[in-house]
Amino acid sequence: MTNAATLRAGAEGLAATLPPLLAAADQLARTVALGDHGRRRAGMGDDFWQYRVAAPGDPARSIDWRRSARSDQAFVQDKEWQIAQSVVLWVDPAASLRFASHAGLPDKAARARLIAMATALLLLRGGERVGIAGQLPAGRGRMQAERLAGCLLHDDAGDHATPDLTGLPPQARALMISDFMGDISGIEAALQVSLERGVTGALLQVLDPTEAAFPFDGRTIFESMAGSQRHETLMAGGLRDRYLHRLADRQDQLARLARLAGWQFHTHLTDQAAAPGLLWVYRALEGGR
Amino acid sequence: MFALGPVGFAAPWLLVGLVALPILWLILRAVPPAPIRRRFPGVALLLGLTDDAAQTDRTPWWLLLLRCLAVGAVIAGFAGPVLNPEAGERGTGPLLILADGTWADARDWEARVDRIAALVDQAGRDGRPVAVRVLTAPAPVEFVNAETAALALPALRPNPWEPVLAPDLGALPGGMETVWLSDGLDRPGRADLADALLAAGPLTVVQAPRPTFALRPARLVDGVLTLSAVRSPTGPAQTVTVNAMGPDPAGVERVLGTAPLAFQPGDALTEVVLDLPAELRARVARFELAGQRSAAAISLTDDALKRREIALVSGAAEAETLDLLSPLHYLRQALRVDATLIEGALADALPSNPDVVILADVPRLTESESGALTDWVEAGGILVRFAGPRLAGAVEPGAVDPLLPVRLRAGGRSVGGAMSWGEPKSLAPFADTSPFFGLTIPDDLGVTAQVMAEPDPALADRVIAQLTDGTPLVTRAVLGQGQVVLFHVTANAEWSNLPLSGLFVQMLGRLSVAGRPTGALEGDLAGTTWVPEVVMDAWGGLEETDTLPGVAGERIATGLPGADLPPGLYAGADRRLAVNVAGAGTVLAPAAWPAGTVVTGLTQAVARDLAGWLLSLAVLALAIDVLASLFLSGRLGPRLAAVLALFMVPVPDARADDTLALAATGEVVLAYVVTGDARVDDVSRAGLLGLSRTLFQRTAIEPGDPIAIDIERDELTFFPFIYWPVTADAAAPSAEAAARLNRYLQSGGMILFDTRDADLGGFGDGTPEGRRLQAIALGLDIPALEPVPQDHVLTRTFYLLQDFPGRFAGREIWVEAAPPGAELAEGMPFRNLNDGVTPVVIGGNDWAAAWAVDDYGGPLVPIGRGQAGEQQREIAYRFGINLIMHVLTGNYKSDQVHVPALLERLGQ
Repeated sequence: MTNAATLRAGAEGLAATLPPLLAAADQLARTVALGDHGRRRAGMGDDFWQYRVAAPGDPARSIDWRRSARSDQAFVQDKEWQIAQSVVLWVDPAASLRFASHAGLPDKAARARLIAMATALLLLRGGERVGIAGQLPAGRGRMQAERLAGCLLHDDAGDHATPDLTGLPPQARALMISDFMGDISGIEAALQVSLERGVTGALLQVLDPTEAAFPFDGRTIFESMAGSQRHETLMAGGLRDRYLHRLADRQDQLARLARLAGWQFHTHLTDQAAAPGLLWVYRALEGGR
Repeated sequence: MFALGPVGFAAPWLLVGLVALPILWLILRAVPPAPIRRRFPGVALLLGLTDDAAQTDRTPWWLLLLRCLAVGAVIAGFAGPVLNPEAGERGTGPLLILADGTWADARDWEARVDRIAALVDQAGRDGRPVAVRVLTAPAPVEFVNAETAALALPALRPNPWEPVLAPDLGALPGGMETVWLSDGLDRPGRADLADALLAAGPLTVVQAPRPTFALRPARLVDGVLTLSAVRSPTGPAQTVTVNAMGPDPAGVERVLGTAPLAFQPGDALTEVVLDLPAELRARVARFELAGQRSAAAISLTDDALKRREIALVSGAAEAETLDLLSPLHYLRQALRVDATLIEGALADALPSNPDVVILADVPRLTESESGALTDWVEAGGILVRFAGPRLAGAVEPGAVDPLLPVRLRAGGRSVGGAMSWGEPKSLAPFADTSPFFGLTIPDDLGVTAQVMAEPDPALADRVIAQLTDGTPLVTRAVLGQGQVVLFHVTANAEWSNLPLSGLFVQMLGRLSVAGRPTGALEGDLAGTTWVPEVVMDAWGGLEETDTLPGVAGERIATGLPGADLPPGLYAGADRRLAVNVAGAGTVLAPAAWPAGTVVTGLTQAVARDLAGWLLSLAVLALAIDVLASLFLSGRLGPRLAAVLALFMVPVPDARADDTLALAATGEVVLAYVVTGDARVDDVSRAGLLGLSRTLFQRTAIEPGDPIAIDIERDELTFFPFIYWPVTADAAAPSAEAAARLNRYLQSGGMILFDTRDADLGGFGDGTPEGRRLQAIALGLDIPALEPVPQDHVLTRTFYLLQDFPGRFAGREIWVEAAPPGAELAEGMPFRNLNDGVTPVVIGGNDWAAAWAVDDYGGPLVPIGRGQAGEQQREIAYRFGINLIMHVLTGNYKSDQVHVPALLERLGQ
């Protein structure tokens, strides 16, 4: 995934296999932007929702005469209330994700961008507004997909990055994809912000299989991708249990934080197919709870 | 050479290098393995973790041990280690190698020759002249260089006789060394020769410690067969089995009897009585010790064991006389032990075909008796007649009786009796032409009466024993192949006391009437010549011969086999003599060697150079070290380990016979021959898969997945049908593969040869594939071929077909030619050809390509254009179905010619 076009093409391919993602929008009363998205209640929109007996105060032109003619009462046709959801994506641009343990595997950044872009396409196709945290305001339409793809390809030089949720619309949805190997306080702060604004969403941790299994032995010097961190061991095999323990701790912590903030957390390995990851994101954004 | 136990070192100073091993240990121990640098995002989680123990900053002890072992092996390997190094100084002078080469050497002769070859090789390396002598084959000692001596080694043979232990060694060179490969048996003269050799130089004796056995000739005493064997050295109790071998009634050689010969501890001699019926005993050709490969373990038998059948006929009526006066009494006593006696009238005795007929005082024979007896004698019988009063009284003067050797004078004469003047006459010494020559005449022998012979010119030749006054006592005449012998006295003591003497028995023996006592007497054999018929080699192998010169009887009488008297069977005028290696007095004793002789065993530890092994061990240890180091440093990934494991574990033959057989016999399976061209093989497989599926869909044949076969390796029997695409570079089958293919074709299999060239060059040649096919078919048993005739059964086994396209809608295909006499069946459009399935079908239409399907069942290879191409593919499938139907049902469809006849029969 070296340029926007190929990224988008791959994401289109992945997104083509799923029905349009219709995110749940139960808590969006104050959102003003109108979308194609039924809210399961009567309101402004184009789609038929229900007939109801006309009540005092209903304008006369809203009476459905065809339905009213079949009985003695006047009926009004209610439309389903349709609004658009705003979804904000954040994909970790740090060097930490640009890692693949061997040539046959995609690096984590590619997988993360692919899933993020596929999600964005599904949302756009469903009429939602999709943006990128700190970079691209939520928008809709075909051109937004092009802009999203361009922004997703942005790389950062540091080992780890902190999600920037400033400018997050209230009551929006958010998707954060990273390996979450960096300082967890950044995530914590971001979730705190989201909690304040009533934003829920999904945390997707993308890991390389070697990060999940730690299959190393012997005398080894481990270096982070940007070279800022370094650890030397004489017997890597002896660290395996403690590493895995720490990884499990980190995942527990993330899951706990997510739960507290009303988010969902999931780990995705790059040696798995991308579709299960996308499916999880789809369900997480759709179900919400 | 410096030696440690059985290992010697050529360059022992190199071993000092082993001192450096502890230093190496310390150095290696201090150097930990180099680290790997890895990029790893998860390092953030590792920060702050410390290693469990500090042990791995040093090389682990077992890796150190491995490396020290490798270095130690290198040092020891270069130090020139030799297992079992040749002890002693290298000799310099000439080397004389003596071998006894007797029958006792035969069993391990190969080992002896190997030993001699090793000695000659060593002498060659040391630049010493060598002479090799086998003592049973005397030849002058001649020292030559080792290469020349080695050339003669394959021709060395042991001989089944005693060695010549006083050979003319000539002038032995000074500084000579002798190695004597002895059979370990004591022989006169051995010590003298050893002394002579010791005087010339050091003497080493090589002998095997195994016991040596010799089987003495069987003795037949009082009708009891006794076998005895001797051994050397005497040792613990041991039992060997002696087998009596001889022809069974059908003439096949069998074991006629066995007996165990049990040696008591410390005994050198043992005996056993072999109880054999007389019939079997007469058939025994030889006795042998089971499991002993030596000429002395075999004892040939001659006529001595034969029990002769003798008919005794007396002229006296069954008078109630005393036994002592019976004319047959003394004959019975003399012959009873060694012969089966038949008594009775001549007419009864003669049909049993006795060896000898004895007529005691039988005066006159009837015409028929006389004729039968004459015939019998002329056929080789021995007729012995004794005179007596009746014979004397019945003599017609001047008459010639063919059954009497001489004409007799009437009346006979009496000397020394009460009514006569003379003294009883004694026997004159036997002339040297007489068969009785050499027998001792007792002093008290007296003849008082005899019948007299008419004077005759031939009389002198016929007399074989005479009285002191010159009158004949025993006369003999040859009649046909047999002989007639007349004793001019009675067979009882009436006319003489000859029957009372031992001489009587001996005379009967000499006449081959009685069994010959074991061991020929010198006088008996003097002047005779014996022709070897069967000779024995040192291993006890018997060989019939008719090219060896005759041997004088005197030589045989010595009983000692030699180069001029190989052991075996010798045929004389009227009997056969066995010359055996072991005589009745053979004794075996271990050889005693003079002081100063070095005696060693035959088996010798071969010097073995260990350098290669040690260096290999070092390389192996270093290889393991590489792996272990990789493992320790974490570089031994699973993939590398798998690759290495591939090298370590021998790949099992993926095609155990059973798997092929099980796969091929579980259901009907079509097979194709692997050509080695991957594309062709893929198409063959896909083609047969397509054909199998089509058969499955359309017919009752439900084949499994096709199987690839390698004609060089796989059994073909399981497959009814083999598709053989011929490529231009196909190898012709090997001889055994061709044999297998022929067997396959003969037993009803079919091979479809497909040159895949659309038959462009016409059948046979023109294309490389066609020429290749000819080369392949050269070794196969392929019958005469013809293009498929219009009425061939292939055209109608399932579908009605006119042509047989594949990828190419090609020209004709070839099948086995119909028999020339085939006629058009009556009322049918085809000939009466209902025998045999064609073993081969040859064409070039590339059928597999037309049949080929991919994994989803879709066609793999485009055929033709559009609908016409699909039609061609359909016809190709139909051809395939017809072909397999033809293979599996034979000419069932040809039997349609009989349909009218069957219908007609049903109608009745």
